[in-house]
Amino acid sequence: MTVEVQGIVRRFGGMAALDGVSLEVAAGEFVALLGPSGSGKTTLLRVLAGLEGSDAGRVRIAGRDMTGVPARERRIGVVFQHYALFRHMTVFDNIAFGLSVRPRRERPTRAETARRVRELLELVQIPDLENRYPHQISGGQRQRVALARALAIEPRLLLLDEPFGALDALVRRDVRRWVRDLHDRLGLATILVTHDQEEAMEMADRIAVMERGRIVQCDTPTALLRDPATAFVAGFVGGATRLTCNVRSGVAHFDPLPLPPVRVSLPDGEAQAFLRPSDILARRGASGAATVRLVREDAHGRPALVVAAGDTLLDATGEFLGRGDACRLTLRSGVVFGAGGARAELAPLQAAVAG
Amino acid sequence: MSQFRPATADPAWLRLSVAGVALLTALVLLVLPLAAVFTEALRRGLPAAWAAIAEPDTLAAIRLTLLVAVLTVPVNLVGGLAAAWCITKFDFPGKRVLVTLIELPFSVSPVISGLTFVLIFGAHGWLGEWLQARDIQVIFALPGLVLATIFVTFPFVARTVMPLMQEQGREEEEAAATLGAGGLSTFLRVTLPNVKWALLAGVLLCNARAMGEFGAVSVVSGHVRGETNTMPLHVEILYNEYQFSGAFAVAALLALLGLVTLGAKVVLERLAGRQAGGAA
Amino acid sequence: MSGATLMAAPGPARRAKVAAIPGFGLTFGITLAWLGTIVVIPLAALALRPWELGLFGLIDSLSDARVLASLRLSFGAALLAALVDLPLGLALAWAVVRMNWPGRRLLDALVDMPFALPTAVAGIALTALFAPNGWVGAPLAQLFGWSVAFTPAGVAVALMFVGLPFIVRTVEPVMRDLAKDAEEAAATLGATRSQTLRRVVLPALAPALLTGFGLAFARAVGEYGSVIFIAGNMPMVSEIAPLLIVIRLEQFDFAGAAAVGLAMLSLSFGILLLLNLAQRRLRRSRR
Repeated sequence: MTVEVQGIVRRFGGMAALDGVSLEVAAGEFVALLGPSGSGKTTLLRVLAGLEGSDAGRVRIAGRDMTGVPARERRIGVVFQHYALFRHMTVFDNIAFGLSVRPRRERPTRAETARRVRELLELVQIPDLENRYPHQISGGQRQRVALARALAIEPRLLLLDEPFGALDALVRRDVRRWVRDLHDRLGLATILVTHDQEEAMEMADRIAVMERGRIVQCDTPTALLRDPATAFVAGFVGGATRLTCNVRSGVAHFDPLPLPPVRVSLPDGEAQAFLRPSDILARRGASGAATVRLVREDAHGRPALVVAAGDTLLDATGEFLGRGDACRLTLRSGVVFGAGGARAELAPLQAAVAG
Repeated sequence: MSQFRPATADPAWLRLSVAGVALLTALVLLVLPLAAVFTEALRRGLPAAWAAIAEPDTLAAIRLTLLVAVLTVPVNLVGGLAAAWCITKFDFPGKRVLVTLIELPFSVSPVISGLTFVLIFGAHGWLGEWLQARDIQVIFALPGLVLATIFVTFPFVARTVMPLMQEQGREEEEAAATLGAGGLSTFLRVTLPNVKWALLAGVLLCNARAMGEFGAVSVVSGHVRGETNTMPLHVEILYNEYQFSGAFAVAALLALLGLVTLGAKVVLERLAGRQAGGAA
Repeated sequence: MSGATLMAAPGPARRAKVAAIPGFGLTFGITLAWLGTIVVIPLAALALRPWELGLFGLIDSLSDARVLASLRLSFGAALLAALVDLPLGLALAWAVVRMNWPGRRLLDALVDMPFALPTAVAGIALTALFAPNGWVGAPLAQLFGWSVAFTPAGVAVALMFVGLPFIVRTVEPVMRDLAKDAEEAAATLGATRSQTLRRVVLPALAPALLTGFGLAFARAVGEYGSVIFIAGNMPMVSEIAPLLIVIRLEQFDFAGAAAVGLAMLSLSFGILLLLNLAQRRLRRSRR
């Protein structure tokens, strides 16, 4: 089942929380809405769920126009940020709720409901908790209940609103993997709202990066990392350091930072360079240029450096360096955005230096 | 698209009927009684109402009411603060019993509270003969009125201050102790500023009830005009003598006290809220 | 004393119980003295005094038809008033918390009126209002032929007045805290608005409603000032139990008065205990 969002606008007062958002999600696809708080991602989710109206634009689900369809008729599963479990109901009753509020003709029998609830409890791996109340179980278990409750109405589309925020780091990794696996097994379309880029990268097939009510780029995680469309995306995704540089006749200068000039094909003027640790190489060099402040090992056992260049601290890579060593920095790669938003890859000027 | 209805919106008929019930209830049970008091009091004009209040018996009742309040409030202020301090700042066995006992006077009929003091201090009470031998009058006299009023207004201060002190925890007091502050200066300079508005509200409520108490003082008063008659009791006497305008004039005075207390409470709650908001 | 010895007792299992904050002894002492003199001793007198009559005397004194009628009226009217106050208080709380309209703050302040108005004042005001020629009493008499003042109905009306704010004030904070997302979750699960109200909102408010009911009832049972003016005080018909205590005291029947008082207290504590148990069953599912 496909979800088509076309030109949705939603204003609160004078502010446009959503400013012409379009997005398509295919059946079986897992899409993350990624952006800082206030970028409109939760509003978009609420418009999809029918909890929020829109001032312009249209949402179509499986070809059907959803305008004017109330939330309760949409059959979209929603897992709320704080789960929104019903506190006065047991786990069982929470999960059975969606079945028990159906019109009498469509309502499953009591036995059928119980069977479905147990099935779901089995699916989310908490079969023993059916008689507990929400306050008697852990955060991770609560999240599973919320998921089972949303799945009970057999949704075609599942919406997850920052569902992992309340979990501690250790549990979060497992739960993410498990939710993604569940998505694959059930063949749903899923939209996840998050401000955590690592989470989006790990879980989603495609990531829609949102900024100020717009989707600025929607692509696969690797494409986002490789080809960020705007300076905002480059800054938000991938953990790059942003440095201001000056472009003069095709060469970017970083003065007063002790970084060598690099070649970029951008018009003259100020530009923003986004450099990841692997883009910056430190070598032992003449004193005074830059100093190694900290040497750590990254997750793969390679040395990761923090280098002081003037007043700026940079993440860099480099071998055989220790704390306090003077070093020279070179740039191997990186993305630069010019004043008009034009984008270019930087290239070393080695030939010129050698000559 | 503009006619989007939020999922949590109630149907119009429900909203209208809830609003209707609420407004009708407020009108009949809250607004009209108050209006009735002032209308009846002013039925023969302001001068007549004023004359009723300026009568010597009424003035004596007003004086006595003020005296009872002045004697009652400090006792409950000190007791309430002490109780709030030891209950919220320390752990000890029997704490819940203490809390229950403090709340108890609220669920005892005022008449019964008056009765208990008659049972102890009255002519046939436990201490009756002993007191009579020494010519000490408690019941049908000022001490009885004060005791009964203390009982009835007992929980006000403790109850308004305790939740706030509980919420604020012990950290600030512990910090003060590590900085070398003694008990009194900790209380005066750390605890009291944090709870001052709530405390003031509690004192005002305590005072309003002390001045307006009827059932308990009715039992211990003896209804001697000009001597043991408080304002509410005077309202009853005038009313039973069919001096309605006089009764309602005094009642209007008491109602004004209630209104002022209510207004002050609203203001204090806002101040307390701002203080709590500023601290958070 | 024993506390101090316990704290000083040496031993490996002793937990270092150090109170950093000073003033326990002083404030605890003041609290005990204050509580003891004003609350505990007087209530002890009430508990002991009726037994002067002996067990059979006590039973005799209480099984007097007039006593039974007054107890029935006090408890019946208090229960009825608290019951009627439930929907009214719920509507008021809803209007104060959930509705957006200009008079909201005034209404909020007005709710406390019965707390602030001295009971005698409320008594004569309600009497004037509900008397056959009063603003409310006259139309009721003309339209329905109902008389409220000077009948048991008047007792119930006065008790509704004193109990109302208890229900509003206990429900209000819970209603304010009620997260909107639970209601939205119900909607996404397919519930209609009335199903959501019935199965999500009301159950969440139920414990608070029960608490408010208990408080309103407890206050109403013992109410005196606002009732005696409107009740008419006909023996066997509209005479409340507290009034009977006053009457027995005026006849110097101290033990008899204490017996009625003790009966009232025991009954109302019994009922409050039941409410508390019901509360606990409800609360089990919360927090």
